[in-house]
Amino acid sequence: MKKGINTDIAVTYTVTGRKQTFVAVLGVLLGMSVYIFMNSMNNGFDRSANAAFFKSTPHIRLYKDDVLSEPLNKDTTTTTIIINPKIVPSSKKMNDPASIIAQLRADKEVALVLPQVSVSGFYSMGESQISGRIIGLKPEAGDSMFDISSFMVQGQFTDLSKSANGVVIGSGIAAKFNVESGDRISFLSSKGVTESLEIVGIFETSNAAEDKSKAYVNLSKAQQLMRESSSYVSDININLADYKRATLKASEITKIVGYKAEGWEEAYSSYVAGSRMRTIVITFVSLTLLLVSGFGIYNILNMTVSQKINDIAILKAMGFNGADVIRIFVTQAMIVGILGVTGGVLLALVVVNLMKHVYIGGDIGYFPIQFELYEFAKGITIGLFITFLAGYIPARKAAKVDPVTIFRK
Amino acid sequence: MTHILQTKDIRKKFYNPTEFEVLKGISIDVNKGEFLTLIGKSGSGKSTLLYVLSTMDTDYTGKMIIDGEDLKGYDQDKLAKIRNEKIGFVFQFHYLLTEFTCLKNVMIPAQRLGKYSEEEIEFRSMEKLKMLGLEDQALKPASKLSGGQQQRVAIARALINDPLIIMGDEPTGNLDSKNSQIVFDILQELAHHQHQTIIAVTHDLDFAKASDRTIEMMDGLILPS
Repeated sequence: MKKGINTDIAVTYTVTGRKQTFVAVLGVLLGMSVYIFMNSMNNGFDRSANAAFFKSTPHIRLYKDDVLSEPLNKDTTTTTIIINPKIVPSSKKMNDPASIIAQLRADKEVALVLPQVSVSGFYSMGESQISGRIIGLKPEAGDSMFDISSFMVQGQFTDLSKSANGVVIGSGIAAKFNVESGDRISFLSSKGVTESLEIVGIFETSNAAEDKSKAYVNLSKAQQLMRESSSYVSDININLADYKRATLKASEITKIVGYKAEGWEEAYSSYVAGSRMRTIVITFVSLTLLLVSGFGIYNILNMTVSQKINDIAILKAMGFNGADVIRIFVTQAMIVGILGVTGGVLLALVVVNLMKHVYIGGDIGYFPIQFELYEFAKGITIGLFITFLAGYIPARKAAKVDPVTIFRK
Repeated sequence: MTHILQTKDIRKKFYNPTEFEVLKGISIDVNKGEFLTLIGKSGSGKSTLLYVLSTMDTDYTGKMIIDGEDLKGYDQDKLAKIRNEKIGFVFQFHYLLTEFTCLKNVMIPAQRLGKYSEEEIEFRSMEKLKMLGLEDQALKPASKLSGGQQQRVAIARALINDPLIIMGDEPTGNLDSKNSQIVFDILQELAHHQHQTIIAVTHDLDFAKASDRTIEMMDGLILPS
């Protein structure tokens, strides 16, 4: 009963001031939809950038890091034996990679494990030479981790496994040598091994520098180029079920296997910083927009409270207490807020759906945005909270109105 | 006769612009069913006293008992409840909620009280409006009525919760003589036949003379009658 009459009065005020109500609703609606849209867009950007990023980078890279030779005797009081420590010139060979790989595969958090051998050296064709790097891997496993097939402009990446001498080269190399599938090029490794390789395919990524220097061969071919046995592995790429856990998991792996495990966030900290900065800016701007629409509600309520100061005095004389008055004006704010938030959610849905079908081109394709339940829920919660505050502050002022001073004027 | 309202040595000071004692010890006893008027020159403290009696002004010293309840130490919420249940107000400038219909204006205090169902409240409100000859105006917005009609709606509103006391601050101050007479008759009818107590501040000496008892105030004190 009591609640009913307060709501009744709030609704009447909202309806009689419908022009102001409309403007305030519109403000919330716009703030709300832009907030949801910008945050959904940011998530979409992150997702598409990460997807592109993880096509060339594993979540964790495990390798044997170079170390300085250490004195045998660590007691600093005695005479130092090694006075000018240097990097140990031993090979970057991991001991027993097979058991490490088996151990990693047993881990529930690890989704994919890809051992690889990277070889630096020179591609050559007649007199011309290009310096570069060949990656040796098992083609199927490599494809499932990096989705190399999606970059292919000529041939099939998985055809590599059918040809022991095959190579898949970047489009930059192909252009420089003017070669295509079926042609041969040779590669001179840093260990002095030269191999003639048959091109089975050409890939093109969005990174021109990679296209001009990178090629893929079978794991065994790379081991030959390094003059190593079939157990040799230079890096182990690891993908996790959840890429956000990479840094934590990497330090865990380092502790277990003893080799350096590097999470992507550590390896590409400027990429991480960039995406974080974008998130901060978008969050800040979109929150400001929501806040501004809150000011709209605050404004209309402040005005209502000053216009209705007589009404408030009468209501108090008739036995409405402070809590009742607060309820009346907070309800009015919530009506505006709920209308605005609902409208904003609907508008955001429409805009997200429209943008989803806008073609951007490049390797992005369609505008990277989709319906994000989390962003919608967050927007609604923040929107309603701001609405409540914007109503509560003027309502508290109204509750403090002293009827006697009003009647005696 | 039982006292519906008693005060003992009510004192009140204003501090703005300078310290000034506006009520200098007021002790009155009001009987149930009495039609009491307060008169006095402006500045004599009669309106101030009315607002103290109304429980809206709590900034005073002294003792006040309404319907056997000593109001000392009551907080605003408790006082609001007392006003809602036991006191009805009629103001000089009718003070209706202009955005609501007359009927709704009358219904609001009853809806706040929540003693009756919505249908009963509407029925009772219509009854009160009928009693005051306003049934035709019930669904009009309050702002569309004449001054006299608005004042009668305000009386209907004051009556809706069957209050023990009806307080009026110049209830006829803004009305012509014909409407004043109507309002006076209604108030007298309420006091004598419904046994509701009326306390009204007035400038109108004829109005005061016709009431049961008149208290004249001067400089914050009651003049001996």
